[in-house]
Amino acid sequence: MLLDVSAVTVRFGGVTAVNGVSFSLNKGELLGFIGPNGAGKTTMMRAITGVVTPTEGEIRLLGKNLTTLPVHQRVRLGLGFSQQLVKPFRNMTVLENVALAAGARHTASPFSALFRIKRDREKEQAAQLLAQVGIADAADADPSNLPLGYLKRLEVARALALKPSLLLLDEPLAGLNHAEAHKLADMIVALNRAGQSIILIEHNLGEVMRICSRLIVQDNGNKIGEGDPETVMNTAVVRAAYLGEGNDHVAA
Amino acid sequence: MLGLGAYEISVITAMGIAVIFALSLNLITGFCGQISLGHAAFYGIGAYTSALLTKAGFPIGVGLLGAVILAGLVGIVVGFASLRVRHDFLAITTMGVGFLFVGITRQMDFVGGEMGVSGIPASGFGKPGFMLFVMLCVVLTILFSLHLKRSWMGYSFDAIASDEDTAKVIGLDVSRYKLAAFAMGTALAGLAGALYAHNVRFIDPESFGFVESITVLAMVVIGGIGSVPGVIFAAALLSVLPLWIQFFDEYKLLLYGGLLFAMMRFSPGGMAGLARRIIPSKAKGARS
Repeated sequence: MLLDVSAVTVRFGGVTAVNGVSFSLNKGELLGFIGPNGAGKTTMMRAITGVVTPTEGEIRLLGKNLTTLPVHQRVRLGLGFSQQLVKPFRNMTVLENVALAAGARHTASPFSALFRIKRDREKEQAAQLLAQVGIADAADADPSNLPLGYLKRLEVARALALKPSLLLLDEPLAGLNHAEAHKLADMIVALNRAGQSIILIEHNLGEVMRICSRLIVQDNGNKIGEGDPETVMNTAVVRAAYLGEGNDHVAA
Repeated sequence: MLGLGAYEISVITAMGIAVIFALSLNLITGFCGQISLGHAAFYGIGAYTSALLTKAGFPIGVGLLGAVILAGLVGIVVGFASLRVRHDFLAITTMGVGFLFVGITRQMDFVGGEMGVSGIPASGFGKPGFMLFVMLCVVLTILFSLHLKRSWMGYSFDAIASDEDTAKVIGLDVSRYKLAAFAMGTALAGLAGALYAHNVRFIDPESFGFVESITVLAMVVIGGIGSVPGVIFAAALLSVLPLWIQFFDEYKLLLYGGLLFAMMRFSPGGMAGLARRIIPSKAKGARS
């Protein structure tokens, strides 16, 4: 098992954003994590990445307990993630953004980082990754001048540069038009076929249904469904959550 | 010696010390993006440490080393503050450190109180020899700055200066990097302060007050935040202008304030940014 999330609860004051959610992920899987607005998906994601600390529960990656570790240590243990709001380093080129992540072994300690200068190998790796995500043409561009579609891919390339055992993608398709979203979804599938384990947190149901082999549905902080996409989306409780077919419909 | 008069030698020495001081702040504010409005405190710690050590009979080498170590250690403590507060709040915190330093040195009798420390031993190299020693320190500081900027540490600093939270996402231990920046920058400020003490041979709390902190920040901003050549140029120019022309000395703060405003308004990249705009072909070389 690659990732094991057990009974994670996140409370902000009196609000329970995630309520005792458990799930796991096997190596090589492409898992879709979905839910309507305000379902607590991003909070769940943040509990995994370390931006918020769960009030209760435990998160393990490859058997190691991540629950109380800071973000950068989780990354060094094999977690890579792209953020929902793109955040390129704006004082460097697209290629340099990715090369810095590719050189993670040089930057583990500031002291050893001071004695290393060469960046050629990391730049080569970065160039390959940019080609892989389809933005090789923007390698030398200033990220501030690029459209969102490019920046979303840059986020993915930068996360991949860390050679993560698990890649978390937080709404990578949000804000993209239909064609762009379709292309990026295809790229995610290609990454998964190449052996990358991925959790995809998404709003775009169509693409999630198309590319994910397994889904987890969360609503109001509770897990309300898990399984293959067709079956999950046809359960009454998931339909109710998504379509607002409310309890009255069920009652009727 | 070297065909220079006593006046030129004192100007060059003062200029060299200003360059080291400005480059020391450039490590923290320019490279790592952490604002400091109290950098003169570390300059002062270095000056007082070396002054008191050498007055107690230790050789100047011990004085300089003590200055570097003590300023660096206090710098790490202040660096811890930078782990908790950012941006404007860090500016206020470091400003507080600056005032704290002046307040403490004024009150403590063993550092001379308001009277300061006088009769600080000279370097023993003679004025020209001391100038050469300062220039050697300047060259080493410049080489270190340039190396740092090219190293993976400088690369990581770029990321932290741009976006701390995202820097964590690519596995950078942002806290340790920031502490490293504070340690190196403040230690170097301590060296500059020690050189200053042995140059003027009299120090008092007012020499390391808020005005000095703003002056050095002005040098960094006007030169171009993070640009080694820009900061060297601005520090050299702004340190000698008041010495050369009496008029500038009287209106020093007005001049620095005006330049700071003009740079922020018209060229946020400082003189380095201005140079890059004027000579676009050089832009790529200057950035890397």
